[in-house]
Amino acid sequence: MGPILFLVVVVVLVLWVVGAYNGLIALKNQTVNAWKQIDVQLKRRHDLIPNLVNTVKGSMNFEKDTLDAVVSARSRAMQSGAGAGVKETAAAETALTGALGKLFVVMERYPDLKSSQNVRDLQEELSSTENKIAFARQFYNDIATGYNTKQQQFPTNLVAGIAKAEIAELWEIEDKAERAVPTVDLSLQKPQG
Amino acid sequence: MTAGLNLFEQQARNRRLTVAWMALFILFFAWLGFGGDLAIYLAAAARTEGQVPYRVPWLGVIVTTIAAITAWVSWRKGPQQVLWSTGAREVKAPQSLEEKQLVNVVEEMAVATGLPKPKVYVIDDPDPNAFATGRDPPSACIVATTGLLAILNREELQAVVAHEMGHVRNFDVRLMTLIAALVGVIVVLSNGMGRLLRGGGGRGLGLLGGKGRKASGPLLIAALVVFVLWVITLILAPFISRIMAMAVARDREYLADATGAELTRNPAALASALEKIETHEAPTTHIKEGAAHLCIADPLGRDVNLKEGRLADLLATHPPMAMRITRLKGMAFQQLKAAGQAPTA
Repeated sequence: MGPILFLVVVVVLVLWVVGAYNGLIALKNQTVNAWKQIDVQLKRRHDLIPNLVNTVKGSMNFEKDTLDAVVSARSRAMQSGAGAGVKETAAAETALTGALGKLFVVMERYPDLKSSQNVRDLQEELSSTENKIAFARQFYNDIATGYNTKQQQFPTNLVAGIAKAEIAELWEIEDKAERAVPTVDLSLQKPQG
Repeated sequence: MTAGLNLFEQQARNRRLTVAWMALFILFFAWLGFGGDLAIYLAAAARTEGQVPYRVPWLGVIVTTIAAITAWVSWRKGPQQVLWSTGAREVKAPQSLEEKQLVNVVEEMAVATGLPKPKVYVIDDPDPNAFATGRDPPSACIVATTGLLAILNREELQAVVAHEMGHVRNFDVRLMTLIAALVGVIVVLSNGMGRLLRGGGGRGLGLLGGKGRKASGPLLIAALVVFVLWVITLILAPFISRIMAMAVARDREYLADATGAELTRNPAALASALEKIETHEAPTTHIKEGAAHLCIADPLGRDVNLKEGRLADLLATHPPMAMRITRLKGMAFQQLKAAGQAPTA
């Protein structure tokens, strides 16, 4: 009786370890994948900005400073994008979001720009990309939180070391002004507040 | 994490409901087929005093086979049939800014849920409405009318698409497709059997008792009881199955509203979208009764959907609009309170 019971306990334990390990690995890969989804959207935004800048530059006497701010924020975001941690990427991209927001506010003052089909299409593209970034970030944070919780909870935390699980950094919005506008709506509506 | 838990529970519940519906459906057809056989068998037994020439339950075998085949076909082809019957066209290359916006918003919601992007369809109909269909997230389709695109702003459109995406994520689309398929089969078969019964009515009754002058009592009574029960089921089945389908559909609407609000974190936009949809009361002519339970608002504009109460609870496919809007506004208020902002927006 004794040896059989012992064997049963060992088998159950091993099965549990395998299950917990695999669960953690699956969550880890989901987190990595969710982060890649943000990357895809960020890349898309970086690609769209030169188009926009070129299109609006044509309208004369357009505020040079605002445009320059967007261009430099973009290049900084692209530099920090390669191999940087969550925190640096988040900071650079947040700055870019802010610069773009200002540009769109300024554009409101130019009726010929607003009525141009090309600009409207670009604006729709960009505002959609902004939203996708926000939603991808939201999704990443949810997944990463789930992963973090799992590896800290008992008894899964016993396996966390074997699975090389590390706490995933969340994409947090640090600056207070950003927090107030979670999704930036850049479409051609009356600016709200 | 409560949101994740809710989703998990929701999907588990939908799976249970799917299994329960399948079981009920199988039982129903077993009764419809083999119950009929039983009645005939008992009648024959009563007439021949034990020596029954009736051995193979043909009725049961035939009915079950037909039911299985039709259910399978409509399960496989259901989503396409719905799309076809509403005249929806797929938006592959967006023609206008509005269509582009719809495609973009669907992509945004796919990102928010982490699901593959559903196919986008448009119906040329001035009445605002939308629905989702499909068997699972990869085969899902989201459909909007041109009227919806015309009256909603971007945020509101996003909210409506988020509601539909909620149906997709919660596996509502699978359950609703299955139920639509099964209810369809029940209605068709019960109509067919009813006609058969009326056509061969004399013969059927004759089989049951007409020639049974020397029939023995208890067996004949049993045959009659089974037969009457069988006819009652046949008559009531379409109504009961529809009422059950509607109960399931109504339940899903509140949940999809909540999921949509959770995805966009913007319940106020869905509330204002629903208000706009409600003020355009014209029925959506392109959406027939078969797809009504899928839509965000009742396309048939039936009064029964505006009320709460026992009758409305039985017959409506959608919860009352006013209730849905109130709930969403409550969520929006909670959100503002949590953010520590005065509710001015």
